[in-house]
Amino acid sequence: MSELTEFRQQVRTWLEENCPMSLRTPTPDGELIWGGSEVNFTFDDQRQWFNSMRDKHWFCPSWPTQYGGGGLTAQQNSVLESEMRRLKCRPPQINLGIWMLGPVLLEHGTELQKQQFLTPMTRGEVRWCQGFSEPNAGSDLASIRTSAVDQGDHYLVNGSKIWTSYGDKSDWMYALVRTDAKAPKHQGISLLLLDMHSQGVQAKPIDLISGKSSFCEVFFDNVAVPKENLIGELNGGWKLAKELLQHERSAMSKFGEFQLPTHFDLMSLMSDYMPAPHSASEAALVNKAVAANMEEQAYNLTVQRLGAEMQAGQSCFGLMSIMKLVHTEQEKIKFELLLDAMGYRGLGWEDDSFSEQEQAITRAWLNSFSQTIAGGSSEVQLNVIAKRVLQLPENKGVS
Amino acid sequence: MSMVYSEDDRMLADTAEEFLSAQSPVAAQRALRDKPTAVNFDEKIWQQMLELGWGAITFSEDLGGLDFGYKGMGAIFEAMGKHLSASPMLSSVTLCGSLLQQLANAEQQTWLTAIISGEKRLALAVDEHARHDPDSMQTTATTVVDGFVLNGKKTMVIDGVSPDGWIVAAQHNAGCSVFIVPFSEQVKVKRLNLIDARNYAELTFNDLKLPAEALLGDAGNSLKALQQALDLGRLCLSAEMLGAIKALFDTTIEYLKVREQFGVKIGTFQALQHRAARCYVELELAQSCVIAALSDADKADANLASSASLAKWKLSKVADLISGEAVQMHGGIGVTDELDIGLYLKRIRVAQMCLGDADYHQARFAALAP
Ligand SMILES: Cc1cc2nc3c(=O)[nH]c(=O)nc-3n(C[C@H](O)[C@H](O)[C@H](O)COP(=O)(O)OP(=O)(O)OC[C@H]3O[C@@H](n4cnc5c(N)ncnc54)[C@H](O)[C@@H]3O)c2cc1C
Repeated sequence: MSELTEFRQQVRTWLEENCPMSLRTPTPDGELIWGGSEVNFTFDDQRQWFNSMRDKHWFCPSWPTQYGGGGLTAQQNSVLESEMRRLKCRPPQINLGIWMLGPVLLEHGTELQKQQFLTPMTRGEVRWCQGFSEPNAGSDLASIRTSAVDQGDHYLVNGSKIWTSYGDKSDWMYALVRTDAKAPKHQGISLLLLDMHSQGVQAKPIDLISGKSSFCEVFFDNVAVPKENLIGELNGGWKLAKELLQHERSAMSKFGEFQLPTHFDLMSLMSDYMPAPHSASEAALVNKAVAANMEEQAYNLTVQRLGAEMQAGQSCFGLMSIMKLVHTEQEKIKFELLLDAMGYRGLGWEDDSFSEQEQAITRAWLNSFSQTIAGGSSEVQLNVIAKRVLQLPENKGVS
Repeated sequence: MSMVYSEDDRMLADTAEEFLSAQSPVAAQRALRDKPTAVNFDEKIWQQMLELGWGAITFSEDLGGLDFGYKGMGAIFEAMGKHLSASPMLSSVTLCGSLLQQLANAEQQTWLTAIISGEKRLALAVDEHARHDPDSMQTTATTVVDGFVLNGKKTMVIDGVSPDGWIVAAQHNAGCSVFIVPFSEQVKVKRLNLIDARNYAELTFNDLKLPAEALLGDAGNSLKALQQALDLGRLCLSAEMLGAIKALFDTTIEYLKVREQFGVKIGTFQALQHRAARCYVELELAQSCVIAALSDADKADANLASSASLAKWKLSKVADLISGEAVQMHGGIGVTDELDIGLYLKRIRVAQMCLGDADYHQARFAALAP
């Protein structure tokens, strides 16, 4: 028996023993566990699963053991992922620090920074948020203005961020700040880690079209940040941000797998609503749904194929942009179809005249609009593919 | 499921690429169009393909095959698509070969070995209407004392002019039977001249007498085998379309990088960049569907029907998109016969319709869903 097969068997046995049956189902909205200084469990199995995975060091299975990771090889890691998928294990926690900042810290952090920040991440003790966007810097991220001014032993941060997911619930933020106002816009930016409990930080949730939301505006009023919290080189933040966003794209396309009702089974949900009075639209609707279903299958096969290609050592440049673009657009189309199938039942907002599921779907539909914007809009993904993958010539006006 | 080509598959692909770009480039297809022959493919090149062993790729060694599998065959079809190279590979080897492999008795197997070596060439006659629809054939076979009598009309028989014989599907015993019909003057053959300038025929059978040994498999019981052969054909056609759209896409991206208007390369225009990027994304999705279907074919997976339909559907859609964009982005020159784009466009259109168009496969996919 090969070592990998043996490993697979150990993983399988361990997961079967440790993942409670109640957590081998898709995660409903509201039952996602976010790691952090305050973890909220809704039932006990979640706590047990969280603790077992933490103690096994499998929150970060492939990180080095000296920072609390599991030390698995890339192959072992994909065995673990596939075994978890096989058993339908829920992710024990969601943590932006691990998905996005972690890989960047592993590569560019100082030894001290790694000790200080990675170890608590691997234990799920810190909740992170991403402070990149600003009111005037979205797609054009390099035009951020939030400033960090050198005060000898610390930076003084002033300005504001917007769209910060869970800004009000996070312990720490990784932020892009301007550290040189005179340099060309890409060259005056740094990546700074910022304690959200510091004096002068204020986070305010933003209402979205889908209702109350977890997205915040964050204001900084003379916030003091120790100089040790600068990652990489001073004014070298743009390069790190680009790396980090690659991780974000892969995380976003993965994220869909966890959260219901994204990545939902369109056909079966539609059939819950279709038996209602037959209407003239039905045949057209069914055709569109089959097509959407086939498109989704093509997407899933592509995820498999590119995964296999990466394992075979082929470079898969631009892959994250493809995944992010296709996945978010497909979800949006599916929700629209589902809403069409629900007819009037898809228009409810509040109270008991509509079922909980109906309202959840309606809100998820409204929410799907944000997915093709957040994390780099579809247009920006297309720019990335056109320029970096296809190497089409540059238009001087736009960077 | 193995979603990548193996070393061996890749070597096969490289050989195919080398051979076809030297011996059967698009210019050769253009020349054939301008000076049609009886069969509209180059018989010399076809023989060379067989000498390279391409006819044997998917068959087991005891039949004289190479046991290489459909992933290898997919690589060949992709290369043929890229170079628009016409050959009876689909009609004779894939479609008829698969039927013989599934249904032939010991004696009939001589047809199979002859096909693999290229000594003989067969063509499959299924379609009867303006659309592919193997479930509603009207050609009938009647059992008589010493054989069968065939009546009806077939259309769009791929490579149907001048083969050594046809395999004909017909209504028989309240089901579907398939017969080997050796070439004979009694079958009325009419050439169909299509936009892709290949070899298609319409066949008419008027009380055609067939001997008992013409029947392949059990009487009235061959629809499943027929569908399986068609599925293999569908995914080879999908691989061919994949090769063709890759070639079109590459040419178009090149053009965007060199053509200048308004003092800049047209590839700097974001309106075009985004459309090009979408084509690329769709191409990636299409490729995944093809390789998944090839891989199912190799495993003789029960899923083959649905993955072949997915592949044929997706490729038809994406081929529409990319051939349309290729013409549009080339502007006026894109609609001239001088450029090869039009040759690709026409071949793609025919490949889309053959063995079921996108709508057919969408409906089939839905019906096959568990
Ligand atoms: C739900 C949600 C969660 C988010 N979470 C976070 C977070 O946690 N942290 C964070 O930092 N940010 C977050 N964001 C911000 C997100 O990254 C930005 O919204 C996004 O990058 C788009 O920026 P913008 O909203 O300013 O739109 P704009 O940049 O103003 O774009 C407006 C429109 O113009 C198009 N456009 C812009 N530039 C181009 C171009 N060059 N070519 C073609 N089209 C273009 C865009 O595609 C879009 O359609 C989140 C956003 C949302 C909606």
